[in-house]
Parts: sequence; structure tokens; C-alpha cells
Amino acid sequence: MILIDCPYCGPRNSTEFRHAGEAGKKRDVTTNDPAVWRRYLYQQDNPLGWVRENWFHTAGCRQFLCAERNTQTNEFRWVAPAGSPGPDGASDNGSAR
Amino acid sequence: MSHAESVASIKEPGGAQARRRRSRGPARYSALDIFRRGVTNSDWPRSFRQHDLAKSYDVVIIGAGVHGLACAYYLAANHGITNVAVLDKSYMGGGGSGRNTAIIRSNYLTPEGVRFYDRSVVLYQNLAADLNYNVMFSQRGHLTLAHTDASLRTMNWRAEVNKLQGINSSVIDAAEVGRIVKYLDVSDRPRYPILGALYHPPGGIIRHDAVNWGYARAADHLGVQIHQQTEVLGIETAGGKVTGVRTNRGAISAPIVVNCTAGWATTISDMVDVKMPLITHPLQAAVTEPVKVFLPTVIVSGSLHVYVSQTDRGELVFGASVDPYPSYSMRGSLEFTESVASHILELIPSIGSLKVLRQWAGLCDMTPDYSPIMGVTPVDGFLVDVGWGTYGFKAGPVSGEAMAALIATGRVPEIISAFDLARFADGRLVGEKGAASVGH
Repeated sequence: MILIDCPYCGPRNSTEFRHAGEAGKKRDVTTNDPAVWRRYLYQQDNPLGWVRENWFHTAGCRQFLCAERNTQTNEFRWVAPAGSPGPDGASDNGSAR
Repeated sequence: MSHAESVASIKEPGGAQARRRRSRGPARYSALDIFRRGVTNSDWPRSFRQHDLAKSYDVVIIGAGVHGLACAYYLAANHGITNVAVLDKSYMGGGGSGRNTAIIRSNYLTPEGVRFYDRSVVLYQNLAADLNYNVMFSQRGHLTLAHTDASLRTMNWRAEVNKLQGINSSVIDAAEVGRIVKYLDVSDRPRYPILGALYHPPGGIIRHDAVNWGYARAADHLGVQIHQQTEVLGIETAGGKVTGVRTNRGAISAPIVVNCTAGWATTISDMVDVKMPLITHPLQAAVTEPVKVFLPTVIVSGSLHVYVSQTDRGELVFGASVDPYPSYSMRGSLEFTESVASHILELIPSIGSLKVLRQWAGLCDMTPDYSPIMGVTPVDGFLVDVGWGTYGFKAGPVSGEAMAALIATGRVPEIISAFDLARFADGRLVGEKGAASVGH
């Protein structure tokens, strides 16, 4: 059983949450090129190791959260309200892409 | 140098790679041989050899699962290309090829998918004779249950596409389902009663380890080298084309490198900056203690998110949908066991006292359209056979055959032309989600 420490509700079972994709994915609004749009739609980093991602607390406070999780061990090391600057102070606004 | 030229350079050196007669190898398995070794009490030779890593190969295949091994076997058997290395960071068949639920079928949704997976069924039918290895393929029939009008509609759709491609599939009603599988609850009792099913008689189960070992043994006899515990750390390129790989056992030069991994497909492709539209999800499975054989077919319920078959040893093998978040973890979870158990008891209430022996997970690289990614990439000589999602094992033989043909001829075979990487940028998706056993 994996616990996610919701900043609003406290630690809850991961089955209460829905994974909402990698954080920081932003559509380039300055172009209407279909290839760019499809890359936004289909392309993920899918990293092995630590990843910054969004979760939605479906069966709890129904708030979006951002979190850092290790995709190899499923360990969570940081959970915060959506849009928070990361533990390293970096924002999630499209820095990876 | 284009891919076709890379291919041409393989076959040149002095006719050494000339098409050779298929050798059956020294240890042909037969009933007579079992008897002879039984009475003389002599040992069987090893199924495949261990080698030192050579400095160069014509083709390097990353991943010694059913896809990599089949590709190597068909390269040697069909095209006479034997200077091939199959590398695996762990042991042979230890990934998805040894973790799947061993179900074979071709009742897919798209014409491209149906044609492709049916070729795999045909190859599986002849595999035991081709490889001289008992793969225990049992075409016992495959039932996909429908519990809602919407799923019944999809079953009809799939049945019609299947019939058009010459595949034996039809929709049957609940009473007929009850006649085929005696222990299934086809009454009105369950919350979601069974309304009908897509019946696919050629579907069945196979012994997945035997398929891996059979391909490995046959490929080894033809001269292919299989290197276990050999992890690829990097892929070398020069001027946009592949020149070799770096491994934990040293460097290898090779003009063609094939990514046949599942789970690590993005990790390998990232080494040459080829971005794959994949998300890796674990898919769990479980097996019960063995009981007397009572389940005649494979049973799938999309609405209840469960599929089950009974092995020849009598164990029930369960699978369900992929874990709901991306992960590379291959651990089981209690949530999975609880959900599978509650769902299967809706279907077969009489197995309530069976104990679960083991559970495990394998990694599935999910593509946006549930079809695989096969063929060439923007990097010359770097080929991919990835993105299998939950369909990988079924497709092993046909993928190996098609990838071998691509490597040997430099032309993409028609049967996989719809599955190219460029389709995502071009918007030509092959939507196969409707053929998934369960709603992932």
C-alpha cells in the first residue's frame, strides 16, 4: 500500500488519488503546427527514477497536487499543492521541456 | 549510408554469410532420444552456449525476450544472417516474456491489427515443429464476456472485422457461454450479468518460457550468440548513424542495433535521442494453487477487469488492468489481489476457497493508440520493436519475422508498415484500445 501525504488531508492510500500526468507539460500557444501539437499530446519523458508529476485527490479534497516520486521504487519524497515551487525552489512551469 | 546500404554491407564479406542450410543442431529432441538417454543415463547437452563478447557483430539486438530471440532466429533461419548478438542486462526471458499470462489470440479490432496478430497465431501453431521444442500451445478457445450493451456492440464490431479477415470469431449469447464453461455464473444474480461473448476458438494459451527457450536454442544452433548479464550502457553514433554499443562487458561495433526491450524502451531510445511516445505501466498477474482441470477456455471480462485461464498443471492464472500510474516497479500490490479476487468471484463463485500462490508484475510500454512501434527511426541503423503495451507476447513470432525481414532487405514489410514511429507526428494512429482484454 502506497501512502500519499496530501497537504490538505494528510496521508491517504494511493487508491484515493488519480495520476494526472507529468508536471510542467505546456502547449506552445505561439504555433498551430500539427506536429508540435501532437508532440505535446503524445510525448512523455517517462523517466526511470525521480519524476515531478501531478496527482488529483479524487476521493478526498478533490484538489490537484504536485509531487516528486521515484518511478523505480514508488517512493514519494515531496507532495505540495499544485503549482508550488519544488523543494529545490524550481517552478514546474515547463522547465523540462 | 542509408539503412539499405548498412544492410548491403552485412552480406558482403567473402560469402561467409551465405545462406546456409538450416542445421537442426546436435541435440534434436525426440521420443527415441528420451528413451535412449533414459536407458544409458546420459546427460542432455546445454540448450545454448555461452560466448565471450566479440568486437563486432552485423546485428546487435537489445533484449533477450521473445521479440529479440525471435528476431535473431528468423534472421538466421530465413535470411542466413548469423553474426548476431542478443544482449540482455538480466537473464533470458526475465522481463515481459516470462511475466505475461501467455494468452494467444488474433481477435483484434483494426484490420491492420487482426492481420498482424493472426500471422503470429499461424507461426505459433507451427512453432513446436519449427523449433523442435514443445511449446505446449493449446488452442482451447477464447471468450471475451460482455456485460453491457456497449461492450456487446464492440464484440459485434470485432467479430465482423475478424470475419472479414478470415478469422474465426463470432458473438454468442449467455446460454451458449454457459454451455461452453460449466462453472461460469450466467444467471441474473451478478450486479453485471453476462449478456453474451465474443467467441474466438483459435485463441488459447502457451508455455511462455518454452517459447523463449525454444527460440534461444534454435537461434544458438544457427550461430547466434546470446549474452545474458550484458547491459547496454550507451549506443554509439557517428554522422546520424549507429556504429555500435557500449556494454558492461566492453564495446561492440555494429551497423544495426535493434531495440527489442519492454519497460526500458524509452531508456534505450533516449541513448540516441529518439523520443518515444510511451508511458511505462506495471501489469500484475497472479496464480493460484493447482486444482483439477475444469476451465475449458480462456475467460476475459472487460467490464470486470479480469482474465483467467487454467494451465495444464491446473493452476488458475489471473491478470487484470495495468496499474493506474506510470512506474518501473515490478512489485505486486494488495489492491490488485483484492480487486481481482472480488471480480473473479462474480464470474466463478465456486473457486472462493482457492489460495493465491504468487503474484508479480511485468512492465508494459503503453502507446497512445495501443498499437506497437516497429521499424526505422530518424537514426540510421537504430531499429525499434517496442511499445507493445499488453500485447507483446502474442506478437513475438510475427514481430521477429517482420523485423528480420526489415533488417535483411532494408524494406519495411507490408504487415508492419502501419506501425511506424512517424505515425504519431503524422496523425495516422491505429486505434487498438477496443481490442484490449480489459479497459486499461
